[in-house]
Amino acid sequence: MAEKLKPAERLKKDRVPMRAQEPEERINNFLEVPFGYSLQEAIEEAQRCLQCKPPYCVAGCPADVRIPEFIEKIIEEDIKGAFLEIKKTNALPAVCGRVCPQEEQCEGACIMNKKGKPIAIGRLERYVADWARELNYSDAKKASVRLNKKVAIVGSGPAGLACASDLAKLGYDVTIYEALHKAGGVLVYGIPEFRLPKAIVDYEVDQIKELGVEINLNYVIGLTKSVDELIQEYDAVFLANGAGAPSFLNIPGENLNGVYSASEFLTRSNLMKAYEFPNYATPIRVGERAVVVGGGNVAMDAVRTAKRLGAKEAIIVYRRSRKEMPARAEEIEHAEEEGIKFELLTNPVKVLGDEYGNVVGIECVRMELGEPDESGRRRPKEIKGSNFVIDTDTVIVAIGQSANPIVARSATGVETNKWGYFVADENGKTTHPKVWAGGDIVTGAATVILAVGAGKKAAKSIHETLSRQ
Amino acid sequence: MYKILKKQKWSDTIYSNWIEAPFVAKAAQPGQFIILITNQKGERIPLTIADSNAKEGWVQIVYQVVGASTLELSLMNEGDSLYAFVGPLGIPSEVENFGGKVLIIGGGIGIAPIHPIAKKLKELGNYVVSIIGARTKDLIIMEDKMREASNELHIATDDGTYGQKGFVTNIMDDILKKESEAIKDIWAIGPPIMMKMCTRVANEHNKQIWVSLNSIMVDGTGMCGACRVSVGGKTKFACVDGPEFRGNLVNFDEMMLRQKQYCDQEREALMLLEEKIRRQASNG
Repeated sequence: MAEKLKPAERLKKDRVPMRAQEPEERINNFLEVPFGYSLQEAIEEAQRCLQCKPPYCVAGCPADVRIPEFIEKIIEEDIKGAFLEIKKTNALPAVCGRVCPQEEQCEGACIMNKKGKPIAIGRLERYVADWARELNYSDAKKASVRLNKKVAIVGSGPAGLACASDLAKLGYDVTIYEALHKAGGVLVYGIPEFRLPKAIVDYEVDQIKELGVEINLNYVIGLTKSVDELIQEYDAVFLANGAGAPSFLNIPGENLNGVYSASEFLTRSNLMKAYEFPNYATPIRVGERAVVVGGGNVAMDAVRTAKRLGAKEAIIVYRRSRKEMPARAEEIEHAEEEGIKFELLTNPVKVLGDEYGNVVGIECVRMELGEPDESGRRRPKEIKGSNFVIDTDTVIVAIGQSANPIVARSATGVETNKWGYFVADENGKTTHPKVWAGGDIVTGAATVILAVGAGKKAAKSIHETLSRQ
Repeated sequence: MYKILKKQKWSDTIYSNWIEAPFVAKAAQPGQFIILITNQKGERIPLTIADSNAKEGWVQIVYQVVGASTLELSLMNEGDSLYAFVGPLGIPSEVENFGGKVLIIGGGIGIAPIHPIAKKLKELGNYVVSIIGARTKDLIIMEDKMREASNELHIATDDGTYGQKGFVTNIMDDILKKESEAIKDIWAIGPPIMMKMCTRVANEHNKQIWVSLNSIMVDGTGMCGACRVSVGGKTKFACVDGPEFRGNLVNFDEMMLRQKQYCDQEREALMLLEEKIRRQASNG
C-alpha cells in the first residue's frame, strides 16, 4: 500500500504526465496515441488528490463516478477495489477515461485548479479500467432479482449502453436494437482507433452483455420494426439512436468524387477498417492533400485520420479563429504536433472538379470576426475579394449532424421539435408515457459522457415509473 | 442467422440466393433493399429485394459478379451464413390501383427488383405491361415470374437472340406512341444508362417515370451521405429519400460519375481475390 501524503505534500507534487507515441511515428499508424499510466505513475498521481468533502469533481461528472473513493483505492494499491467503485455508476470507464472532456467536467471542477493542475482523473479512470481488461477481470453478473419487465433500447451507443447496464443491474429484461453490424454506435463508427481502440469498446460491450442485456444487431428500428410495435411489445422504450444525419455546406461542387461527410469518411475508416484495404474490402481515397472543413472534435478526428491514410498534407479549414474552435484543446494540440495545418478565419465557397468529376481544389474566402452572435461567439464575416484556391484531392465536411428521421417517423405520439429531435424532459421522458429518449437524438450532437448521463437518468426514471405500476 | 437456404446460378455472372432473414421478410415491401456483408472483413453491399416470403422467413436477392465482394458472395454455398443482412431499407414504391395500365421496365439485373413491384401492382388491380431486356438471351432472367406478374410481357435483347432485337426503350417508345394516355405510371430499373434513356423517352411523351438508384452506400440508413444524388437540383440520399425517385428530376450524369468513385480500388481488390482463388486452386 502506498503512502498517504499530508495535504501540504500533496500540493507540492506535479501532475504526472502520460507517455505517448511520438508524432512522427504515430502519423504512420492507427495505434493509440497515449500509452496510459503504469501502476507507479497512477499511484503518484492518485497521491495528489485532496479527497475533498464534498467532492467538487463528482458534481462535475454526468455519470456520478465515485471519484475520491476510487482514487483512494489506487493509493491503497487495491485496483480491483477501484474498478468496482467506478463500475458502481459507470458502465464504460475505459471509454470515458479516454474520450470525456475531463477539463470541462470532473477535472474542470477539481479544487487543484486553483493551485496548479487538476488531478488527472481521466487518466486514472483509464488506468483502472485497462487493468481490469488486461487481466480479463469482470464484475458483471446477472441481477439476482428478476422483475419480469421488458425494456427496449434503440441504439447501442453510449446512451443506450449506459441505460441498458443500469436497468439490467436492477433486474429488467433489456433488449438493444442496433442498425449496424457492430455494437457501440459512435464509439465504433465515429471515434478513430488511435483515440479509442475498438478492442476496448468490444470489451465494455461484452461486460454489458454479461449482465444479461441482449443486443440485436442489423436491426433498424423504423424499418425492420417500428417504434409503435416496440411500444406494444415492451413495458418501456428508450430511444437513443443518435443524431446521425450529416450536414453539408450547400456550396457548388459538393457532390464531386472525393467530397466526404466526416461521418462517411470516419465510418469507412473506423467501422469498416478501410485503412486496412484491401485486406478489409471497404475502400477509401485520400490522395496527396486533404482538406477538412470544421473545427470540432470530429474535424480533428477526420484530419488526423487523413494524415494517417497517407495524405502528405492535411489541412483544417475553419471560419473562426483558434480560440473559438469547439474541439478539445488536447485534440487540437495532438493535431498540431502531427503537422496538421490550420487555415483559420477561412470559409469554403466552392469545390472545384475536373472533367471526370473528381475534386481538384476548394475555393475559400478569408473571414474576419465581427459582433458576437446568439452563441456568444464573434460572428465571422467575409472579407470581400479575398478568395483563393487550395489544391486538394479530398474534402471532408465536418460541420455537424442533424436528426435522422427513420426512427421518429415510425413513432406515433412521440413529439419532435422543428429540427427533428425528440422532445424530452430532464429525466428523458417524452410525450408518450411509455417512451424515453436521450443522447444526441434529444440534444443534437454532443459528447459521449453527456449521452452516458442521459442514459443513466432515463434508466432511473424508467425504473421509478415501472416500479409504481 | 442469415443462412443461404438456396443458391442458383442463372448465367456466367448472375446468381440468385435465398437468405434466411425472418425479420426482414416480415417487413419487406416492393421497392426496398437490403445490405449484406459476406464475412467479417467484407464491405456493406446494397442489393434490391427480388422476392420475399414472410411466412417462410426468406428474402431472395439477385446479383451479378462485378467485383471482389460479389465474387466472394458467389463463392458462398447453400448452408453458409452471411456475416450480416439488414433491411428492409429505403422507402417502398408508391404503388396503388391507378385504374388503368402501368408500364414496368426491367433491364439486365434490374429485372429482379422490378419483379416485386410488378407483382404488387397486378395484385392491386392494375393492368401491368412489362418490358424486360438484356444484352443477350442468356442474361434474360426471371422470365416466368415476370410473365406471372404481368398482363403483357415484352422482351428485348440487344443482339436479337431473343424477343425483339434492340433496347427496352424501343418497345417503350412504341407503346407510348400507341397508348400514352392509358399508361398511368411507369417504373424502370436497370443500369443507370438504361434508366437515363427510359427517362428521356418518358420526357418525350410528357410522362412521369420512377427509377431506382443503386448509388454507392455505406450504412444505408442516412448516416453517411455517400449515396447522395441530385434530384430536382436538391441533394437527396438514395438510402432514406429513395431508392426510387422521379427519373424526370434525377441528374443521371452526376450519379454515373459518382458510381465510378472507387474504380481503381475495386479493380485492385478483384485482382487480388482472383489471384488468391487461383493460388488456392493450384494448391488444392
